[in-house]
Amino acid sequence: MRSSRRNTAIALLAVVIAPALRAAEPTLAAAIQAWAGGAMPRDGRVTLQIAELVENGNAVPVTVRVDSPMTAAAHVTEIALFNQRNPQREVARFHLGPHNGRAEVSTRIRLATSQRLVALARLSDGSVWQHQVDVLVTLAACIET
Amino acid sequence: MATRALIHLPSPAPRGSVIEIRCTLQHPMETGHRRDGNGRLQPRDIASRFECRLDGSLMFAADLYPAVAANPYLAFALRADRAGSLVFSWTGDGGFRHQETRPLVLA
Repeated sequence: MRSSRRNTAIALLAVVIAPALRAAEPTLAAAIQAWAGGAMPRDGRVTLQIAELVENGNAVPVTVRVDSPMTAAAHVTEIALFNQRNPQREVARFHLGPHNGRAEVSTRIRLATSQRLVALARLSDGSVWQHQVDVLVTLAACIET
Repeated sequence: MATRALIHLPSPAPRGSVIEIRCTLQHPMETGHRRDGNGRLQPRDIASRFECRLDGSLMFAADLYPAVAANPYLAFALRADRAGSLVFSWTGDGGFRHQETRPLVLA
């Protein structure tokens, strides 16, 4: 009886504390806004390639491609990747320039649960473009000890 | 144990072409959010910065967060305009530092 009451108390604590902890981490929209600065992200030019159904969230291949000539006059300066429901909103940031020739980066990421991912690109003219993808994760990362 | 890193790039690279460079670093990328069997939080251990330089000038850089999977893999493009020495470096938590050097040979 006592232990079940204690369990209830722990569960209640978890319910109360978890959202409070989560609130300390900015929302996806706030994180994107902070990165974009004054620019308003527009849909297009960016392609976020990721499996929409992920069986194992521990190492999910992602590729971000941006439609850009990558010349000195017009190129991508930065690509950023954000998530909605991992403990932290940031995933990675990539710094590019005309010497890259092609605005394309790949990596492998962790997904704690089904959620939205957003890839953004900042261009040399200051404009910001985005592509968002909703991903379903059946085996989450970060749960194994 | 010595850290290992794998780097793939075409050699020689056709002059003027855009090549793909792929890098994998052996690193746990411990998130700082996981607990061990005794409920203790595992300290964060992240390789947080990657840089690729050609003869000293920065060609590509990445800031990595705990959401990047263990043994971080990065692939990026580079226009093979000039030959030189490519230096790949990773830095991170706990003074982590690893560096690899590869020649960029043009055909």
